[in-house]
Amino acid sequence: MGITRRQLLGWMAAGAGAGAGGLVPTSVRAAANMHFAGFPQSKGVLHDITLCIGCRKCEAACNTVNELPAPETPFDNLDVLKLDRQLSPETYTVVNRFYPTDPRKPQFVKKQCNHCLEPACASACFVKALRKQKTGAVTYDESLCVGCRYCMIACPFNVPAYEYHKALTPRVMKCTMCHPRIEKGLQPGCVEACPKEALTFGHRDELIRAARQRIERHPERYINHIYGETEMGGTSWLYLAGHPFGTLGMREDLGVVSAPEFTSGALAIVPMIVSVGVMLLTGIYAINQRREKIADEERRDAVDQTREEFEALMQQKLSEQKKAAEKAKDAAIKREVEKALAEAAKPEADQPAGEENGKEE
Amino acid sequence: MEQQQAAPPMQQSFFTPFNVITGTILLMGMVLTVLRFTGGLGAVTNLDHNTPWGIWIGFDLLCGVALAAGGYVTSAACYIFGLKKFHSAVRPAILTAFLGYALVVLALTYDVGRPWRLPYPILVSPGTSSLLFEVALCVMLYLTVLFVEFSPAAMEWLGLRKARTLVMRLVLMLTIFGVILSTMHQSSLGALYLIAPSKLHPLWYSTYLALFFFVSSMFAGLSMVIFESSLSHRYLHKHMDHHHLDNSNDVALGFAKAASFIMIGYLFIQMIGLAIDNDWHHLATGWGAWYLLELIGFVALPALVYAVGVREKNIRLIRWTSVWVVLGIIFNRLNVSLVAFNWQLPASQRYFPSWMEIGTTLFIVTLGVVIYRFIATRMPILYEHPDYQED
Repeated sequence: MGITRRQLLGWMAAGAGAGAGGLVPTSVRAAANMHFAGFPQSKGVLHDITLCIGCRKCEAACNTVNELPAPETPFDNLDVLKLDRQLSPETYTVVNRFYPTDPRKPQFVKKQCNHCLEPACASACFVKALRKQKTGAVTYDESLCVGCRYCMIACPFNVPAYEYHKALTPRVMKCTMCHPRIEKGLQPGCVEACPKEALTFGHRDELIRAARQRIERHPERYINHIYGETEMGGTSWLYLAGHPFGTLGMREDLGVVSAPEFTSGALAIVPMIVSVGVMLLTGIYAINQRREKIADEERRDAVDQTREEFEALMQQKLSEQKKAAEKAKDAAIKREVEKALAEAAKPEADQPAGEENGKEE
Repeated sequence: MEQQQAAPPMQQSFFTPFNVITGTILLMGMVLTVLRFTGGLGAVTNLDHNTPWGIWIGFDLLCGVALAAGGYVTSAACYIFGLKKFHSAVRPAILTAFLGYALVVLALTYDVGRPWRLPYPILVSPGTSSLLFEVALCVMLYLTVLFVEFSPAAMEWLGLRKARTLVMRLVLMLTIFGVILSTMHQSSLGALYLIAPSKLHPLWYSTYLALFFFVSSMFAGLSMVIFESSLSHRYLHKHMDHHHLDNSNDVALGFAKAASFIMIGYLFIQMIGLAIDNDWHHLATGWGAWYLLELIGFVALPALVYAVGVREKNIRLIRWTSVWVVLGIIFNRLNVSLVAFNWQLPASQRYFPSWMEIGTTLFIVTLGVVIYRFIATRMPILYEHPDYQED
């Protein structure tokens, strides 16, 4: 998709909501810059499509060594070649016929697991039932498989097949590169059975060298590409052909990035989401608590202040009123005293006037 | 009429339209269950070599988890962001999330080959390089968190005051844990598809897929809370207290506002996704039209209508829009998992679910509705228990 893993990691970090792009440690990126070119001395098979005659001997051998059920159409019946056959739980390998240019010149392509150097299926398996072995083979452990079929989603070559009709013990079925035979020092069944040496078994590095030599010696016979050398980060199974691989039923748009690299960024960010998430959420909570507390205090302060101001005001008013009352009282007393003095000065004054004054008080 | 009147009252009350329809679906589901576990996946599904994941993953898992996002969104809004007026929405949202996740796990037991081995990734052989491992771990932990978050309602119902007090002390911690777990697995469900750039159409494949799933889960959850609340108002009205009724319009307005805002943001990040991978030329194809239908028809337009609904305080409009958004999320998840997946294959090799797959999904959804109804009509979900109102 035109994005390096380095960029991806940065974006994932930014995308996690932390708002910081540099959260991913450099050691992860350092690991990303190391290209895994396969286990040293690991094996592979070179399939020279130009040599294949479509005899189906490899299919028969595969069926025998893997003890798979006998097919509906026997292996010596070549009519099935005209069908676009897929791998299935009963067939780990099929040979299909293509007519890339000339309808009189068929090309036969053998299909089976390509045994990626960094397999999509193994990286997708959440119980490690699929593993890349040091021999180069990608093997399957039935005793661990949950049957989630994520390996089938992940495989860019649509290789793993599933036993859909088994109720309780369905397995994922695919070519094992004859891992048990390789460990015994034997060749894979299909390679051993090939009468035309269209299949060569050996160290992957040597196979690549041999393939290059063939291209150099016969540039008219081969197109200048070894399929599997870099596809999806490289595969243990390698192909030579005289026609563009796209015309032979093989995808040319897979790119050179291995499958685990597509997901490593998303996985790398997980521990960051946990740690940054705790910080962020606890922080937001704490800030909210604090804000509420401050708002509470401010409200209380405001209430207190208002009350104080109100009380002060009331006090003031009260004292003013008191003063006014005292003043009035003083004035009244004064008036009374004056009246009394005046009355005392005029002994013949009216009695009722004195009563009225008393009422006013 | 005469027959109904003549029938004894017990029978009459049991054979309600609701019970008859759900009963039939549950019965069908049981038959399909037997078929699935005796004949294998091949007996009931149209899954094949090219399409190993059908609607049990595309709908039951991806849509189920996205639509259960209401749990983390609501509890985060209430307990972490301090929006306490949404408190009445927390319990129904947590219950829905809990049931949603429980049913996701139930659906997985149908989909995986050997369901009794589902604990294997955690207990026996952890494949930590797989995003499915992360999904499995998070879903398992979050289901536990949701169970504990839901448990106070059951404890109030059963009168277990001490246990309830203990759990209530954990609310904040559980909420934070729940939000983090949701962030991780909502996004990793999208990230599951990162491993297959050669199979998923470039308009849906993006290095940001995880972020797209996470952000869209937020407005999926918000809309689902609005949608459920309108259903509850219609069918469970008598189980709501005045507190719930008073706040439900606030919840609808607040959530619609948030959803509208996030949806506009989602449009922008989708466009950034297009720009980063330079996928613009795909927009002129048929796939582009389909993509634009999803993005404009089910994100941009409902976001706009939500905004109008909020401005005019039109609760009815908001409720209908929530259905629209929920459908949009289903549309998106099915596009990623089924429609745009294996887009390069000829039509003859493409997948379409069998009626039995759809029947099983219907069975599981119905089971969810029945259990929700059972709980909401008995436990304090839509009302506060009178004995526990202090907190």
